[in-house]
Amino acid sequence: MIDIELAFENLPPWAALLTAFCVFMGAFLTLTGSVGLLRLKTFYERVHAPTLGSTLGTGFILVGSMICFSVLRGRLSVHEILIAVFLTITTPVGFMLLVRSALYRDRVEGNDNVPEGNPTPGKQSAPDAAVQQD
Amino acid sequence: MSASFLPADWPFVVLDWSLFIAQLFLGLAMACAAYRLILGPRAQDRVLGLDTFYVNAMLLLLTYGIRVASTIYFEVALIIGLLGFTGTVALSKFLMRGEVIE
Amino acid sequence: MRRFMAHLLPYPLLSLAILIMWLLLNQSVSPGQVVFGSLLALGGAWGMTTLGQETPRIRRPLTILWLGVIVFVDIVRSNIAVAKIIFRPGSRRGTPGFMAVKLDMRNPYGLAALAIVITSTPGTIWTNFSSASGILLIHVLDLQDEAEWVDTIKNRYERRLMEIFE
Repeated sequence: MIDIELAFENLPPWAALLTAFCVFMGAFLTLTGSVGLLRLKTFYERVHAPTLGSTLGTGFILVGSMICFSVLRGRLSVHEILIAVFLTITTPVGFMLLVRSALYRDRVEGNDNVPEGNPTPGKQSAPDAAVQQD
Repeated sequence: MSASFLPADWPFVVLDWSLFIAQLFLGLAMACAAYRLILGPRAQDRVLGLDTFYVNAMLLLLTYGIRVASTIYFEVALIIGLLGFTGTVALSKFLMRGEVIE
Repeated sequence: MRRFMAHLLPYPLLSLAILIMWLLLNQSVSPGQVVFGSLLALGGAWGMTTLGQETPRIRRPLTILWLGVIVFVDIVRSNIAVAKIIFRPGSRRGTPGFMAVKLDMRNPYGLAALAIVITSTPGTIWTNFSSASGILLIHVLDLQDEAEWVDTIKNRYERRLMEIFE
């Protein structure tokens, strides 16, 4: 195993606590999102859950990494921003395509409670409780 | 700052434990995603599971990088994140074609 | 001179983004990296011209900053809301569903930004947009008050995005 004390001996205590908090919160939010993947009932509900991990979950862990490495090396470590920017642009695009293809498949299969091709605003769409239970 | 009943290096003990628990959490999160990836029930659930699996793996790698105080894992995490996006887009596009209706 | 600059730098913001990305990846601002990154930025923007997209006109930097703050606050708030829904027992989980919103915005860059804002806020997902009728279909995890969601999208996001892009 790697000796943690050796790696972090140059870190001031406040930075260690801040990193600990950020990493813990990020991991907790990501776990919450993935648990939602198990607990929610229909596909359209489940799509919302992983967004937790890809927004604030990733954000917390990246901030923790920035604090830790900036303080350890004594110069600003900002290349974590790259992951944040790439992830905020790519994750929505992926999920949008996925939901659209799921909608297409539900329409082809003729499942109930999927909105028709030309929805009208104002009319409350049916709650999709019965789209596809597992 | 440090009370007498605490060891002098208690912030590092907290950091050590927090990183350990974070890795445990992310491992569990990957298990949840793997459940959806393997058991579905439908193709879109599997793709959703795969995307979540990629993001969680990326975060686990970042956490490991902090734990060993090394930035080598950063580029790997970046590549995993981008590969996950490519995979999701390709698979969604494949499902959209309607050629794999179960 | 203006035409020459437009020819050399067809997408100035894209070029700047590529340069910054290159410098961040290498974690250095040494002259060699700046020169190489600039060449890469010019080449990348030049490659984009073959796609024939029009250059976006972006205004009001203050509105962009303010919108960023609003979106960040909304992401934090809906993270908490979605986490609560996940941990709630199944019988009291509210009603998820699709809803339609009529948009006034037609600028493709503005619509792309709106799609990213809506989807990266947990609890709402951009599903489909018909550019002929201007009707947007979104899926909401907690669809209790449809009017409130319409108000959020139109007055919080769309109005500011129209100020920025149109």
